[in-house]
Amino acid sequence: MTSGERPQRVQVVLAHRRGARMVRTRVEVQEQTLVGDALVRGLVRAQLGLALRLAAVVVCTVGAILLLNRVFPELAAVTVLGMRLNWLLSLLLYPFLYGVGRLYVRLAEQAERDFVGVVDSEP
Amino acid sequence: MTGAPLTAAALLAAAVATVAIGAYGVRFSRTTSDFLVASRSVGPKWNAAAISGEYLSAASFLGVAGLIAKYGADALWYPVGFTAGYLGLLLFVAAPLRRSGAYTVPDFAEFRLGSARLRKVAMLVVVVICVFYLVPQYQGAGLALKTLLGVPVWIGPLVVGGIVIANVVAGGMRSITFVQAFQYWLKLTAIAIPALALLGLFFTDRGELGGPMPPTVQQRTTVAIETDVVVQVAEPAGISVTGTLDGSHVDAQPIPSPGEHTLGAGTTLTLVAGAATPVVAGTPATGKEWIASGGGLGGSHPLYQVLSIIVATFLGTMGLPHVLVRFYTNPDGRAARRTALAVIALLSLFYLFPTVLGAFARLSVPQLLITGTADAAVLLAPGAAIGGAAGQLLAALVAAGAIAAFLATSSGLLVSIAGALSTDVLRGRVRDFRVAAVVGGLIPIPLSLVVSGLELSRSVGLAFAVAASTLCPLLVLGIWWRGLTALGAACGLVVGGLTSGIAVTVAVAGGIDDHVLGGWPAVMVGHPAAVCVPLTFATMILVSRLTRAAAPPDVAQIFARMHVPERIGMGIERVPRG
Repeated sequence: MTSGERPQRVQVVLAHRRGARMVRTRVEVQEQTLVGDALVRGLVRAQLGLALRLAAVVVCTVGAILLLNRVFPELAAVTVLGMRLNWLLSLLLYPFLYGVGRLYVRLAEQAERDFVGVVDSEP
Repeated sequence: MTGAPLTAAALLAAAVATVAIGAYGVRFSRTTSDFLVASRSVGPKWNAAAISGEYLSAASFLGVAGLIAKYGADALWYPVGFTAGYLGLLLFVAAPLRRSGAYTVPDFAEFRLGSARLRKVAMLVVVVICVFYLVPQYQGAGLALKTLLGVPVWIGPLVVGGIVIANVVAGGMRSITFVQAFQYWLKLTAIAIPALALLGLFFTDRGELGGPMPPTVQQRTTVAIETDVVVQVAEPAGISVTGTLDGSHVDAQPIPSPGEHTLGAGTTLTLVAGAATPVVAGTPATGKEWIASGGGLGGSHPLYQVLSIIVATFLGTMGLPHVLVRFYTNPDGRAARRTALAVIALLSLFYLFPTVLGAFARLSVPQLLITGTADAAVLLAPGAAIGGAAGQLLAALVAAGAIAAFLATSSGLLVSIAGALSTDVLRGRVRDFRVAAVVGGLIPIPLSLVVSGLELSRSVGLAFAVAASTLCPLLVLGIWWRGLTALGAACGLVVGGLTSGIAVTVAVAGGIDDHVLGGWPAVMVGHPAAVCVPLTFATMILVSRLTRAAAPPDVAQIFARMHVPERIGMGIERVPRG
């Protein structure tokens, strides 16, 4: 700066420092103390529960389609939107599978954010 | 064939583009990590296109349409299952597998259970699955080049094998990523345009797909029978046979009665315009049977067949080494999840088109249903239905897509074989990777020439069954169950690998007679997954329970590394020696 007044000094802070507690929880997870292990077990259980629940939804849907086709073979004679109903049901599985996948990604990332939140939370 | 030069040019263009893009990628490939996992720097969009490009094999590009043309509604479970497999992978495997930091499936086995012996067993399973998967790709290449250019059937495997080995040896994973992402879009274009053209044709000139009659040929057609086949004739009018009919020699004679007849190799069938096409025995003959669900895919116990296909395809993707290896190339677990989700979208889009083509192939090239080589449906339907220069252009485009399908999948499989062999048998240097790639690429060539012709999707479905009953239980239990032990995992791999492997070998060698014990042995050999997968899970769990004391002592640490987000800072990337 050759001319004019010097600009005011400012302090740049990338993140607010938190208490010592944050470090301790992280270390507890990293070093697998009793508390850390319990936290990880909770996370694994939450993610597995989520995956199993969504898998159950898919299995039930597929089972329902198989059952419908077996119990009502006349579905093959019904035309909806220019397509036989049994074919349409199979094709509708594609958007359904994508929807389930999308839901899973959202909920799984939520569970991870919750976990990080607990680990890094203020005392 | 008038379109042959055009088709040959399209094939050449697709092959040259593959090699050129691969060569461009070679510039980035230096370290072993580049060769194995592209230095873990591939973002979700590139990776999803590359995974889809790699995954859409000959079975998807040609086989799905062929099966649908032949068997109808129940064959739809193949493409649905091929897509749903990625949902299973997303739910149970993607993120933890990436976070484990492993670079191959055998490496994951050692990371999780700390046993070098288990690592060797897993390596063997990886190689077996890849070879089972590679053989139908080479066979598809042979069939496609024979159908398109009329060259002998052994040319296809040699050409595809040669190009793939050259590409993998030169650039490994880094350059393959570019090639495969390009090939997804090539394949999508190559199948979407003909399918949409046929769809347009269907709406202007409505044929009847679900009617009570068998499909009919539109002009006078001559069909040459190359292997003995039993056909179901619904309407003998207009069909004449020269050659061997039901064991006796005939010359330009009509078929005497409706019902099943045996045609010997070397026989020619002539159908006048409007004649009803005979179909291979055991497949739906009339449109009404074809469009209805529940008919199965040939043979008895159709519901069991469908269930087994669902088990194999929904779970098999989780155990395919060439798919899993792509997940190690993601930067982190979150990207791995997003990649899997994007793959579901890309595959859903793609599989609409083979479905359409398969249905219309029944109208435009019904003569394929006689010989059993329905896999050629995608290649022949556009040219037959549209005709003229436009038809030839479409046929050339489809041919380019088909060659892309063989090249992409075979490259991915070869990277996996080479990765497993070079790090676990050799010393893991770049040179070892190249040696392993040459060996792994050559082995399936002779195999593809000797084994019999199941439909492509069926043989690939069998490779899925082996994957679903070996690596899938290893990964799922390894990721979610702390009680798994090395001995339990090894026993499961051996039991699942042997039962499914033997079933697949018997099925490919010709199968079991359908009349033994009510058809159950035949159908279980043809569709082994529904038996082998639960058996493997049970073995792993039972043996692990019995050897509970041998569980790795640091399992809590390992679980934390697999499941805790990277931000906490626990991840360690494993790298190969060398």
